[in-house]
Amino acid sequence: MNWAGLYTVLSGVNRHSTSIGRIWLSVIFIFRIMVLVVAAESVWGDEKSAFTCNTQQPGCNSVCYDHFFPISHIRLWALQLILVTTPALLVAMHVAYQQHQEKKLLVLTGHADPKHMEEVKKHKMRISGSLWWTYVCSVVFRLLFEAVFMYIFYMLYPGYQMVRLVKCEAYPCPNTVDCFISRPTEKTIFTVFMLVTSSICIVLNMAELVYLVVRACARRGQHNSNPPSGKGSFYGHKLSSEYKQNEINQLLTEQDGSLKDMLRRNPGLQEKGDRCSAC
Amino acid sequence: MDWGALHTILGGVNKHSTSIGKIWLTVLFIFRIMILVVAAERVWGDEQDDFVCNTLQPGCKNVCYDHFFPISHIRLWALQLIFVSTPALLVAMHVAYRRHEKKRQFRKGGQKCEYKDIEEIRAQRFRIEGSLWWTYTSSIFFRLVFEAVFMYAFYFMYDGFQMPRLMKCSAWPCPNTVDCFVSRPTEKTVFTIFMIAVSSVCILLNVAELCYLLTKFFLRRSKKAGNAKHHPNHENKEETKQNEMNELISDSCQNTVIGFSS
Repeated sequence: MNWAGLYTVLSGVNRHSTSIGRIWLSVIFIFRIMVLVVAAESVWGDEKSAFTCNTQQPGCNSVCYDHFFPISHIRLWALQLILVTTPALLVAMHVAYQQHQEKKLLVLTGHADPKHMEEVKKHKMRISGSLWWTYVCSVVFRLLFEAVFMYIFYMLYPGYQMVRLVKCEAYPCPNTVDCFISRPTEKTIFTVFMLVTSSICIVLNMAELVYLVVRACARRGQHNSNPPSGKGSFYGHKLSSEYKQNEINQLLTEQDGSLKDMLRRNPGLQEKGDRCSAC
Repeated sequence: MDWGALHTILGGVNKHSTSIGKIWLTVLFIFRIMILVVAAERVWGDEQDDFVCNTLQPGCKNVCYDHFFPISHIRLWALQLIFVSTPALLVAMHVAYRRHEKKRQFRKGGQKCEYKDIEEIRAQRFRIEGSLWWTYTSSIFFRLVFEAVFMYAFYFMYDGFQMPRLMKCSAWPCPNTVDCFVSRPTEKTVFTIFMIAVSSVCILLNVAELCYLLTKFFLRRSKKAGNAKHHPNHENKEETKQNEMNELISDSCQNTVIGFSS
């Protein structure tokens, strides 16, 4: 399991994201993960071996390195990227659950041929109902993790600049010892780059949040002015008249009482405000 | 996530590029990215370990290396290649958006049922015209800008493209002036010149592609203007016939969709 594995897992989520979500995912993978793997890791590769202190006292080098770099930038970024990309899996799990429900519905209504099953798997889910809440939570968590890590970075390494020289007094170093960091300028350049892309991602997440909220409010306003039609699941959308929706509901009630519970438990299968005559 | 993944992402864009765009992509992946990964990274691999200064003063080597190489050639090229290949994603996003719209129309039983199924929409190659033309041209423009900026940054930071054998360093804590020796300077010079040359070839290809797109655009415009001038009535008759056909098709499509769903 490496970055490529994470990429495979998350590209599936891409299909059900908003456009801003897709841009965010591209920025994460190309400008952060790829730059980390391809460039930044080699810059920090020799950070300990080339960390030189002006002393021959054994142990001083290690102790000073540990004192000034409790956790390396590279590891912090790797953790940040993993934690920031993982909330998208909440959405993936919810989508998988909804698809499972739709397949069950198809089986019960007698549309269980392979072609319809494939279509359920392939079609893009609308971000509405409970999926909307899951999606919004995932965006909020992303924002939270980004902010927390930016703060941790600031606490551990105040300022973005990597200095050339640090003065160390930790035992067993005799008095004060000059220690020199390897490639400080290159490290500063990459730190600034990663900070900038992190800020861009934060801005994209906030924009996505605003977009989702505005869209939900607009949809709500539209619902209040127009009478609801039988929209919701993929096949509910196709058989768009209320009459047909009621027919299905009756069928379902006759066929399986537990399915009624399922529909009641999962308002995501029906648009809010739908009238369900048989339920 | 590495160069291979980038290749997968950009390979998809290839289908909608012009011929010059396809050549550019090939040059990028074979002569730049592959050379970087397979050869150049080895040459620069020991750049700091084998950077030797004529002093025993601890820290002097680190400081002098940092002074003469603020950012390594390898990292600069990696960043350049990432930035230069990314504008193609704008085109990929635009194509994906168009496909999505067409799929939506197809599902609604839109005016023209010109596709047998959704797979055909997915496999279709879009012509570079209309808003896609603008997106494509902007992406080439951005590519050119990024290439030029990085070439300039390179030249500015390393004062030319040759790697010297010896550098004289007097940064603290080095005592007075110290001689520092760079590892594999000739090999580095060879690869630097190679990468700069290929970069220039890519710039030329981008300029050629831009000219090609502009020429095609103006030719198409003049042809349209010519047609409209010479055959205005004919155009109207054609339009009326097409509208009739569209209506007939949309009626039959609607029936087909309703029949399918029930």
